[in-house]
Amino acid sequence: MKVKHALGALPFIGMLGGVAFVNRVEPYVLGMPFVLFWIVMWVVLTSLIMLAVNKLDQSDGKGEKL
Amino acid sequence: MNPALVILFLFLALSLYLGIRAQRGKDMNMEQWTVGGRGFGSVFIFLLVAGEIYTTFTFLGGSGWAYSKGAPAYYVLAYISLAYVLSYWLLPPIWRYAKEHRLVSQSDFFVSKYNSPVLGILVSTVGVLAIIPYLVLQFKGLGIIVSEASYGMIAPTAAVWIGVLAVTIYVMISGIHGSAWTAVIKDIMIFFVVVFLGLFLPYHYYGGIQPMFEAVDAAKPGFLIFPAEGMSISWFVSTVLLTVFGFYMWPHTFGSVFSAKNEKVFRKNTVVLPLYTLMLLFVFFVGFTAILQVPGLQGAEGDLSLLRLSMRTFDPWVVGLIGAAGLLTALVPGSMLLMTAATLLAKNVIHVFVPASSEERIGRIAKGLVPVLSLICLYYTLSGGEALVTLLLMGYSLVTQLFPALLFSLPARPLVNKYGAFAGIACGVLTVVYVTVAEVTIGTLFPALPAFIKDINVGVIALLINVAVMGAVHVLTARLTASGTRAAAAEKSPTI
Repeated sequence: MKVKHALGALPFIGMLGGVAFVNRVEPYVLGMPFVLFWIVMWVVLTSLIMLAVNKLDQSDGKGEKL
Repeated sequence: MNPALVILFLFLALSLYLGIRAQRGKDMNMEQWTVGGRGFGSVFIFLLVAGEIYTTFTFLGGSGWAYSKGAPAYYVLAYISLAYVLSYWLLPPIWRYAKEHRLVSQSDFFVSKYNSPVLGILVSTVGVLAIIPYLVLQFKGLGIIVSEASYGMIAPTAAVWIGVLAVTIYVMISGIHGSAWTAVIKDIMIFFVVVFLGLFLPYHYYGGIQPMFEAVDAAKPGFLIFPAEGMSISWFVSTVLLTVFGFYMWPHTFGSVFSAKNEKVFRKNTVVLPLYTLMLLFVFFVGFTAILQVPGLQGAEGDLSLLRLSMRTFDPWVVGLIGAAGLLTALVPGSMLLMTAATLLAKNVIHVFVPASSEERIGRIAKGLVPVLSLICLYYTLSGGEALVTLLLMGYSLVTQLFPALLFSLPARPLVNKYGAFAGIACGVLTVVYVTVAEVTIGTLFPALPAFIKDINVGVIALLINVAVMGAVHVLTARLTASGTRAAAAEKSPTI
């Protein structure tokens, strides 16, 4: 398993696996219930992770210059 | 004249103009009409993929789910983001193969990979069965949005007729080029409207986003988290995974992949598209705001929460702009769905029975099918019907049944044969039909199981049956395939 595949699995683990442990309203973060904030945080992290995957591929000559 | 009405008509005229103008300077052959000559860059692919997500659901269903179901609505944010992660590895090999073999439809891919026109007919049938109710949903949404935003001055029936006519004209003339150009104006509109509503309304009524959530939590304790039973955490996880698998299996989404000019487009878009998903967060904010401000909307009425709250808050010209954005969320995905259904039927069903047809003739048939499909959808939109609601509920589960066969086809030589692929899809689809019509859940099948297993989306069972049958039939027919291929090669006859 390459590093980029492990990175690709991270959003699945964080978003789906994590929700079971954070299913509560408080503390509010950025005005949102904690469980909603958790999902939103992982949406943003997904974007950053895919940027990293692109960069890794770019070094292999396969990715897009961003 | 009502300013909302003027704004609605201006945007309808603008989208029709852009849709027709899009074909200028292009020889609108089959490849141009369906996949834009495979020349779309990152921006158009972004708009087409995003445009297919931000449908009337964004306006009506997203806020409606937040209003009536609470936390389970969060699943939409999760599955769309994760589908983009999957697309990084899934779409490039599909695009490469499609470009090499000049494919224009989803069924083409299955036909070519498994060397089976009959499998193409099955895939087309599943696709069209899923598309028609989805298209009707867009038209119904269009009727509701225009009628509400015009303060009832335009009846839903008239709104649907006008919308369907506009879409039919620009799909016939410009194909995917029309969809791409109207997507430009739609996405600009919806971005500003949704972000404005999602921030303004909570601040206007509660003084902020957190006070709004605190008020909802006080009025409806437990509404903002996943319940212990029903739409629980295990429902969330299983539903997200199923919809991630099904996301690119919709024929119109799959088809839009073919229109990219290179495979880097998909990789680049995986960075930006998840962030674009956050627009739905603002739609949820509107739905949650409406809970205490326009209480009492029952069942499907919850889908009107965004429009009702907007009409209560703003002047008609602002409501007109909101309605115009909603109108565009029906037109763009509607045009893609219409074009895809026509292409599937012309290329992968009619062409199989009339194999001598030239590509030019198939193109003419596809364009001719557009008004026919429009009229069928118009009939169902205006007459309603329970069968259609059932089909719509099945839509996502139906297209998800194509995922295992697609996945197994990605290696240079498919991991299962065409008999296995056909049997797996057929059994998966039949299981989906049974569990939907009989209203079966894992809980009703196995009542003694613990709640976290009973809450798992029943679509998982259909997918498991699909894969099991696919594997079993592949093993049982492995020798048949080998001898059949040899015989076909000897006789130079086509395989089924």
